[in-house]
Amino acid sequence: MSSLTDTGAAQVESRERQKAHARQRSLARIGLIIAVIAVAGLIAAPFFVYPVFIMTVLCFALFATAFNLLLGYAGLLSFGHAAFFGGAAYFTAHAVKVWGWEPLLAILLGAVGAGLMGLVVGFVAIRRQGIYFAMVTLALSQMIYFIFLQAPFTHGEDGIQGVPRGDLLGLVDLNRPLNIYYFVLLIFLVGFYAVWRIVHSPYGHVLQAIRENENRAISLGYRVERYKLGAFVMSATIAGLAGSTKAIVLQIATLTDVAWQMSGEVVLMTLLGGMGTIFGPAVGAALVVTMQNYFATSDVPVTVIVGVIFVLCVLLFRRGIVGEAIRFLKR
Amino acid sequence: MTMIFGIPLPALLGQLLIGFINGSFYALLSLGLAVIFGLLRVINFAHGAQYMLGAFAAYLLLVHTGLGFWPALIVAPLVVGAISAIIERTMLSRLYDLDHLYGLLFTFGLALIIEGTFRWYFGAAGQPYAGPALLAGGTNLGFMFLPNYRGFVVVASIVICLTVWLLIEKTRLGAYLRAATENPQLVQAFGVNVPLLLTLTYALGAGLAGLAGVLAAPIYQVSPLMGSNLIIIVFAVVVVGGMGSIGGAIVTGYVLGILEGLTKVFYPEASNIVVFVIMAVVLMLRPAGLFGKEI
Repeated sequence: MSSLTDTGAAQVESRERQKAHARQRSLARIGLIIAVIAVAGLIAAPFFVYPVFIMTVLCFALFATAFNLLLGYAGLLSFGHAAFFGGAAYFTAHAVKVWGWEPLLAILLGAVGAGLMGLVVGFVAIRRQGIYFAMVTLALSQMIYFIFLQAPFTHGEDGIQGVPRGDLLGLVDLNRPLNIYYFVLLIFLVGFYAVWRIVHSPYGHVLQAIRENENRAISLGYRVERYKLGAFVMSATIAGLAGSTKAIVLQIATLTDVAWQMSGEVVLMTLLGGMGTIFGPAVGAALVVTMQNYFATSDVPVTVIVGVIFVLCVLLFRRGIVGEAIRFLKR
Repeated sequence: MTMIFGIPLPALLGQLLIGFINGSFYALLSLGLAVIFGLLRVINFAHGAQYMLGAFAAYLLLVHTGLGFWPALIVAPLVVGAISAIIERTMLSRLYDLDHLYGLLFTFGLALIIEGTFRWYFGAAGQPYAGPALLAGGTNLGFMFLPNYRGFVVVASIVICLTVWLLIEKTRLGAYLRAATENPQLVQAFGVNVPLLLTLTYALGAGLAGLAGVLAAPIYQVSPLMGSNLIIIVFAVVVVGGMGSIGGAIVTGYVLGILEGLTKVFYPEASNIVVFVIMAVVLMLRPAGLFGKEI
């Protein structure tokens, strides 16, 4: 067993492994540094940039991060995530405006509501794989869209407008820009950390194993459907958290957020930033929201630009911005 | 007046006819999707946009050259097919070796570009398009009044579906197509130009969507977003029917159209969602779809 050549090979192998580990560690260190700088930047940001804009970016960044949990790590392309994002926004807006709930509780209600919708949609959708999964989620979210369109509490085309921001826990007045900004930042960081934690947990590793080779994961004895459904529900819940927060920030919940175009937008954000990377979706979301904001006042059709970026991403750089950056650093 | 389950017969038959007409479009579109998917393994998200392109091609032909419905019925699908062939050759064909999801994402982006451009240029409002004079007016069937053009659409869609089905099942070209679906490498080794076959298939599928668009123009008006919601229903139809079968796509299209029409009579609130509910139920009972093979 322990012949000389074997130990030699083992030594070379272990040296290789050490090198790989060192590279990974240095990548992780770079990631950590970027995270610290990003958080510091976000804490300082409202003094330099219009807070509502950054808050909108943060909501979409969390949405895309939640979506990436499913696409990037479990390999499931959901084309119906708008249902959870926009649905949660409706729940929260209704709870705050009609029932007079405290904002944090209403946001949690939205997230839980989105999670329950995710349970139902996921339960049906995981019966098919690949492109079928995408089509089924798209169709089911379109069904949810029509339900919201017709349900009386959503006020149809008008949406729920003039949602009061209220007092956080009855103490902090969220109508003051800095108060709501740090509240939203905190929600974003909690949601982002949750996704990071899930991805790096043993559970997350099983998800990635399923993404790489579903049949092997099955033969290893994992109950693949349960893992997928779990990921779907978690992703829907965090997407809901983002949607609920957006309803409080922009004080409105409308059909735009549940429409399938929104589902497409979150795919674009994730693809542009880099699917399967931790920071990618947030970067993609920031770019897409900034771009939409920039072109909103011009008469350049935003949909066309979004479509062009989509096509370019798919044809030319499928790793996305952060994915390309990581590849560059690894070299 | 004759009543069935408390519904007047003419109302019931009227909705049944509307359902049958909608079903004709579902069938035409899901047929095109199934043909494309069968060979290219691409879910063509741009199918709704290509349907809209067909309608606009007919409209623009009329406005700029004065060519009416009948020439448009031939020219518009050819135009849509040719444009789609170019797109397939230059861009889509680069994605065949990748995960099939990229094909879906690419065609999604394509749909956004096409629909966004038309919306920007023509506005969101619909443009009326006159049907052929030959089919103006209607026929009294005794129990209801049938506009001639709508009757023509039903017949035309059945004829087109049958023709395509025969083309694929009974001709030599169809045999190549089916063989290439099973094993493209082997077919290529036998000397068949598979890449050309792929381009032709995409053009055929897109052309069918364009043809459906021309047929739809006099009924639904010509608007940039006419295909964007329709395509999602057609996706559901395709999931219900099962991707494997051309015949399944056609039959499911008609059946779901009619069921949707019936829902409008008995429970109008649910008419928008009935197709999706049926899809969910079918997925629970037969995940591969009604006519699909287990994979």
